[in-house]
Amino acid sequence: MTIPSLRPDLQAIARLIPPSSSVLDLGCGEGDLLLYLARQKGVRVRGIELAENNVLACVRRGLTVRQGRLEEGLADYPDAHFDYVILSQTLPFLNDPGAVLEEMLRVGRRAIVSFPNWGYWRCRLDLLLTGCIPQAPDLPQRWSDPPRWQALTITDFARFTRERGIRITRQIYLDRDRVVRIRKFKNLLATTAIFQLEKTSQTSSPGQSS
Amino acid sequence: MTRSIGIVETQYVTFAEQEPFQLESGATLSPVTLAYETYGTLNADRSNAILILHAFSGSAHAAGRHHPDDPKPGWWDECIGPGKAFDTDRFFVICSNVLGGCYGSTGPSSIDPSTGKPYGLHFPVVTIGDMVNAQVKLLDHLGIDVLLCAAGGSMGGMQVLEWAAHHPERVRSAIPIATTARHSPMLIAFSEVGRQAIYADPNWHQGDYYHRAQKPDAGLAVARMVGHITYLSEQSMQQKFGRRLQGRERYGYEFQTEFAVESYLKYNGSKFTRRFDANSYLYITKAMDYFDLVAQHGSLAAAFAHSSHIKFLVLSFTSDWLYPSHHSKELVRALTAAGCDVTYLDIQSDWGHDAFLLEVDTMTHLIGSFLDQLAKEVL
Repeated sequence: MTIPSLRPDLQAIARLIPPSSSVLDLGCGEGDLLLYLARQKGVRVRGIELAENNVLACVRRGLTVRQGRLEEGLADYPDAHFDYVILSQTLPFLNDPGAVLEEMLRVGRRAIVSFPNWGYWRCRLDLLLTGCIPQAPDLPQRWSDPPRWQALTITDFARFTRERGIRITRQIYLDRDRVVRIRKFKNLLATTAIFQLEKTSQTSSPGQSS
Repeated sequence: MTRSIGIVETQYVTFAEQEPFQLESGATLSPVTLAYETYGTLNADRSNAILILHAFSGSAHAAGRHHPDDPKPGWWDECIGPGKAFDTDRFFVICSNVLGGCYGSTGPSSIDPSTGKPYGLHFPVVTIGDMVNAQVKLLDHLGIDVLLCAAGGSMGGMQVLEWAAHHPERVRSAIPIATTARHSPMLIAFSEVGRQAIYADPNWHQGDYYHRAQKPDAGLAVARMVGHITYLSEQSMQQKFGRRLQGRERYGYEFQTEFAVESYLKYNGSKFTRRFDANSYLYITKAMDYFDLVAQHGSLAAAFAHSSHIKFLVLSFTSDWLYPSHHSKELVRALTAAGCDVTYLDIQSDWGHDAFLLEVDTMTHLIGSFLDQLAKEVL
């Protein structure tokens, strides 16, 4: 079986994962990333996916996938079961992103989150000039397109993680299909951000089990 | 893809002739016969065996035909055969009739050697665990140490879970379909209605009817009718029958079979009495009612504590209200906690519990791919 050519943002995520580690991909789709990690890096992979067709595609590729909502799938796993839990381009669709992040960092030692950035200069300009809610370059959905989504920016997310005692330990920025090195004005120049997250060691949440 | 396995033959193995077979209740049974069929060829290192476990009213005849004019193939013929989900070109597939059944394995209609007459209610009550322990003897007889896979739906799924929980060293993978690790009070309630229908039949005679001309057919038929209702769903009944009348244009205002759904139940109830034994109905429903891996182990995760090496494919169906998806999800959660490799899908279907025999395309796809991957790893 050939290894699928990975989307650039997934390639960037794959580069963060060391060989022979273990990974849970939330909303793994047809399993492109998981298959790549398993074949190229000998990673132990698991997926959670809602759509029946995608689950069928994953099983056809020999992947282990649990069908269901992210929240219920995550709840099945014991603490620190994975080295990495990945959430790619799904954050804007979550009902309760805080709860999911919390769960990701319970089940995994690290979390990797990628999301489209509505702080991108063109989005800002769109809103200013057209008065319409802008479409993110990496998530071209109109406000009325299902499923429901919530726009957020890199600044929003950074603040959100600070408030919850979550550390951003690695960061990658993309300008559409290219990984770009940006030191300043990331929120203005990046169309997608990829963050590796870890729990600040001393924090423990009330929901954490022993 | 549509080739059949062809003509097959039921075989029999008898054991526990000297040393009686120990049952979970404490009672013993001697001797014990199991009827079984096999399809495909066992490979040299005996690593390609798949055990198929049948549901409540099934038999060892899972695939192929017994003779060329056989009107119907085995009960899971669509999934077992050359190039099918359980590919007999690659795998050695085994299916046996359960202990307590009436298709050739020892059950209440078998002759009690101590009296020379059928056991009837003198047959000891058996459990899902007893059925599986008898299958262990069959595997020993066939010289198979480890199953590549144990697979089955409904009561067959319970046996799959029993295998995985209590004989984990003999199982590499498991496919429990539309089943539960713990028979619910609702399921027990339906079992009991079926049993009461049989008890109420004057021809039942406390199970001692084998020598009589009249069998408790009326009671057994009602029990089966209840069963059929639970295998369907509201949508599938609507789709299949609606409020259609059978063979008439308008209401007769009388107590005849009028609606298509009534006719279907009546037909299936009566058909069942020609192929099934009322006492077996009692014993097998009782075995299902006792099935509770949670109570046996304190928790479901504890039940599978030694099963972490087993690969699972767990399947449920969205419209199955008899074995609802949440039973499978609970199972998936416990298996995941136990460290098992679990693939799970709640298959979208309108067919209720019957879906496990009807959603052939999706099942073939899933089971075929799952076994492909397994064959790559093991064979």
